[in-house]
Amino acid sequence: MFRNTYDSDNTVFSPQGRLHQVEYALEAVKQGSAAVGLRSKSHSILLALKRSTGELASYQQKMFRIDDHVGIAIAGLTSDARVLSNFMRQQAMSSKMAFNRPVPVNRLVSAIADKAQVNTQEYGRRPYGVGFLVIGQDQSGPHLYEFSPSGNSYEYYAMSIGARSQSAKTYLEKHYESFADCSLEDLIQHGLHALRETLQQDKDLNVNNTSIGVVGAPSMHEKTTGVSFRILEGEIIQPFLDTMIPKEVPGAAAAPPPAASTDEDVQMAE
Amino acid sequence: MDHFPMQWGRPRNDTFDAYGTYPVAQRTYNGGVDAFSAGVQHTQQPIVTGTSVLAIKYKDGVMMAADNLASYGSLARFKDIQRLHPVGTNTVIGAGGDMSDFQYIQALLDELMIGEFTEQDGHSLGPSEIHEYLSHVMYARRSKMDPLWNALIVGGFKDGKRFLSYVDLLGTTYSASTLATGYGSYIAQPLLRKAVEGNEDTLTEDEAVKILEQSMKVLFYRDARSLNKYQIAKISADGVAISESRSVETNWSFAEGIRGYGAQTQ
Repeated sequence: MFRNTYDSDNTVFSPQGRLHQVEYALEAVKQGSAAVGLRSKSHSILLALKRSTGELASYQQKMFRIDDHVGIAIAGLTSDARVLSNFMRQQAMSSKMAFNRPVPVNRLVSAIADKAQVNTQEYGRRPYGVGFLVIGQDQSGPHLYEFSPSGNSYEYYAMSIGARSQSAKTYLEKHYESFADCSLEDLIQHGLHALRETLQQDKDLNVNNTSIGVVGAPSMHEKTTGVSFRILEGEIIQPFLDTMIPKEVPGAAAAPPPAASTDEDVQMAE
Repeated sequence: MDHFPMQWGRPRNDTFDAYGTYPVAQRTYNGGVDAFSAGVQHTQQPIVTGTSVLAIKYKDGVMMAADNLASYGSLARFKDIQRLHPVGTNTVIGAGGDMSDFQYIQALLDELMIGEFTEQDGHSLGPSEIHEYLSHVMYARRSKMDPLWNALIVGGFKDGKRFLSYVDLLGTTYSASTLATGYGSYIAQPLLRKAVEGNEDTLTEDEAVKILEQSMKVLFYRDARSLNKYQIAKISADGVAISESRSVETNWSFAEGIRGYGAQTQ
C-alpha cells in the first residue's frame, strides 16, 4: 500500500526520522470502530460503537472491565487488546493482593504504555495494533486516559479514538468546558452526541450497537447502587438514547426518528 | 576406568572403605559434609532481640512506645537501638524479636517507599497498605521455613483515620485499639485495655503519654530484658513524631529486703 524501504523493520528510522511500523499500528487503531470517553468531577464514562461482521454475527465486544474501579474501551485489533487487558487485570490483582489497594489508574496506563514502547524499539517485535481509552477512579478522583501503540499515554477531559473519531473530537472540543459539572445523564448525552458524529450516513445509534461504560455513582436509569465500573448494553441504554436531541440534517425535511425500536431481530445490520 | 572391582557401584567414601584397602590416590573424597549445609541456612532462633512494643489509639491518632535495648540472650548488649521506625509520612512500625531481621525489614520498606516516592503521582502507601504488604512478607518467609523472627506493630494515621495492627513471624495479623508484643502482651496489655478501651475518641495526647509511661514503668519492673530508656512515637494528622529517648522515675527500695538483691550477708 504505502510500501517503502524503511517500513519492514520497526527498529529502523526513515530518513525523515519516522518509524513507519509504529505509524501503521496507529493506522490500525483508526480502522477500529470509534470509542469516546468523557470525564466530569464525579464520573468518567466511555461510549463505544460496536460492529458486527454481518447479519448472522454478534457484535464485537468493545469494552472490558479491568477491576472494580477501572475499565477500557478499545479500537483496533481485539486480540491484541485481550493480551493487554489481561496484563492490566494481573497488575490490578497484584496491587490488590500485595497492598490491598486498588491500583492507581495512571500506573496501570503507564505500565501498558511501557510494554508498548518496548515493542517499538526491540528487534523482531511488532507494535500492538490497538488503542485504549481507559477510565477509572482512584484516590485522586475520576480519570480518563488514552493509550496508543506508540507507547504514549495522556490524560484527557474528553477523547475519542477509532474510525471517524475526528468528528467526535470536534464535538468534544466544542463542549468539553461544560463537562466538569455535568450530571451523569448529561455526560452520557454528550457522549452519545459525540459518538453519533462518527456514524456513517443513514446509520443510527441503537441498543445493539452502543456500549456505555461508567465509573461513579449510578444514574437514575440504573438499578445498581454501586459506584464501580460497569458496562451498560442492550435494553438498559434505551432511556439514554431517548435523551438524544435529533440531529439537524442539512437538506433533510425532518430529523430521523430518535433511536431504534426494541425489536432485536431485524436491527443487526451495520 | 576404575580398575578396582571392589569400588564398582559403591559410593566412593571412607564410610565404605574404612580400612583404606585401596591406595589413597584412587579413593575419591566426598568431603564428608552436606554440600548445601553452608549455602542454605534457616533462622531457627532469634539472636539479638528486642522486647515489648506498646501501642494505643487516642483522640488524635496512634501512639507507640518501645525501649532502646537489644539483648544478646540475657545480656543487655546494645542500649541505644531504636525499635520504632517511620515508614513514609503516615506510618510507624515497632518491632520486638530479632533485631537483624528488623533491620532487614527496615531496608525492605525503605526501598519500597523510595520506589513509591519516585512515581511522583500523588499516590502513597499508607499504614494499611504497609501492614498488608508486611503480612505477606512475614507469611511467605514462614512458609519457606525461614521466618523473620519478629512481632511487628504497624501504627498510622491517614485520611483522618487511625490505623493500628499487628503481624508476627507466622504471618498472624489482628488489630485492636491497644496492642502489645512479647512480654508486654502479658503485663501491659491488660493495663492498656483498662485505660484505653471505650476512650479512644476522648483520650488526649498527654493522657496517652501517661498511659504508655505507666505501662513502660511496670514493664521495666517486671521484664528482665527491658531498659528504663525508651522512645514514644506519635502518629497524627501532623505526621510522624518520634521522641528522644527518655526514662521514668523508679523506686527500688522495696527490693532491699529481697534475698539475692540487696547487700545481704546471707
